[in-house]
Amino acid sequence: MALGKQHEIHTRRYGRNLGVGLLLAAFIAIIFGLTIVKVTRGDYEPPRTEAES
Amino acid sequence: MSDASLNNPSLEPEASFGDFYALLKPRVMTLVVFTALVGLLAAPVAVHPMIVFASILFIAVGGGASGALNMWWDADIDAVMKRTQKRPIPSGQVTEGEALAFGVALSGLSVVMLGLASNWFAAGLLCFTIFFYVVIYTMWLKRWTPQNIVIGGAAGAFPPMIGWAVATGGISIESVLMFCLTFMWTPPHFWALALFMRKDYDNAGVPMLTVTHGRRSTRIHIFVYTVLLAILAVGTSFTSIGGPVYLAVAVVLNVLFLKGAWDIFRRDDDASEADNFKAERGFFKLSLLYLFLHFSAILVEAILQRFGLGGW
Repeated sequence: MALGKQHEIHTRRYGRNLGVGLLLAAFIAIIFGLTIVKVTRGDYEPPRTEAES
Repeated sequence: MSDASLNNPSLEPEASFGDFYALLKPRVMTLVVFTALVGLLAAPVAVHPMIVFASILFIAVGGGASGALNMWWDADIDAVMKRTQKRPIPSGQVTEGEALAFGVALSGLSVVMLGLASNWFAAGLLCFTIFFYVVIYTMWLKRWTPQNIVIGGAAGAFPPMIGWAVATGGISIESVLMFCLTFMWTPPHFWALALFMRKDYDNAGVPMLTVTHGRRSTRIHIFVYTVLLAILAVGTSFTSIGGPVYLAVAVVLNVLFLKGAWDIFRRDDDASEADNFKAERGFFKLSLLYLFLHFSAILVEAILQRFGLGGW
């Protein structure tokens, strides 16, 4: 078999790599979305000290 | 592996993306997603849609991870049973080591991400669910006791409780009732399957009730559990997650389910063999619809309550 020829295993690896790539991109989007929601809601605000209140 | 190695016939086949996806038991995952979503939306606390989406996703990933670990441990049984022979490990697409690594990695990821997305109580509950399914059910009970399905069913019953915990940060009587609904539903569902797939369990040496206590006893067990389930399911109508819509659905479905269980109870194996287990197969199919429609009714009641309708 010539090295340049498209083998079934290449197609399979391409599909797997594409899938992993898309999942990673989706994961980043979810983390980004969650961060925006939590920061907007003030989840990460430091607790108020007595002097401030 | 280089291109040159492609000609080496001794190489093991490489898993595709779909093979890893199949390790997550996608059909079981749909049940997990649906019941967890109902548990989350039925809770009396509004949750941001982004947090709902992320939480349900990570609960699903956790459920899938436990499925992968189950397939890793049960690869020997799966290879014997006709129903499971085509799973990724027995079919040679994924190695046991790959499945183990995949399951452990996704378990850790799902628990940590659920904790960060919602709260650590819900994450702890998800962690316990994975532990319960993999260690208590898969590794211990499944091959040891005919009550495997009864106790192991708890693992599949936790998702609505996790969903509820995402919203409220705790447990309440309503979430326990949703747990009980799935918990009591599991034994008749699987015993009906065991009645018409009996050769599979016999060959694999799994101590299902049909194998250890006989088929007559299994028919009695199905009927008794169905009666208890009907009382629980209809009784739930009068709690805060129930209402007229749920009551109507519960009454109709439980009458049908009791009729199915009664038919199974009355007949013997000769009658079942004669019509290729028609009653048992029908009961199994109805059981799928039964759980889906009960949780759908809880969801409808929750939506109606948002508009000032529903409930009592």
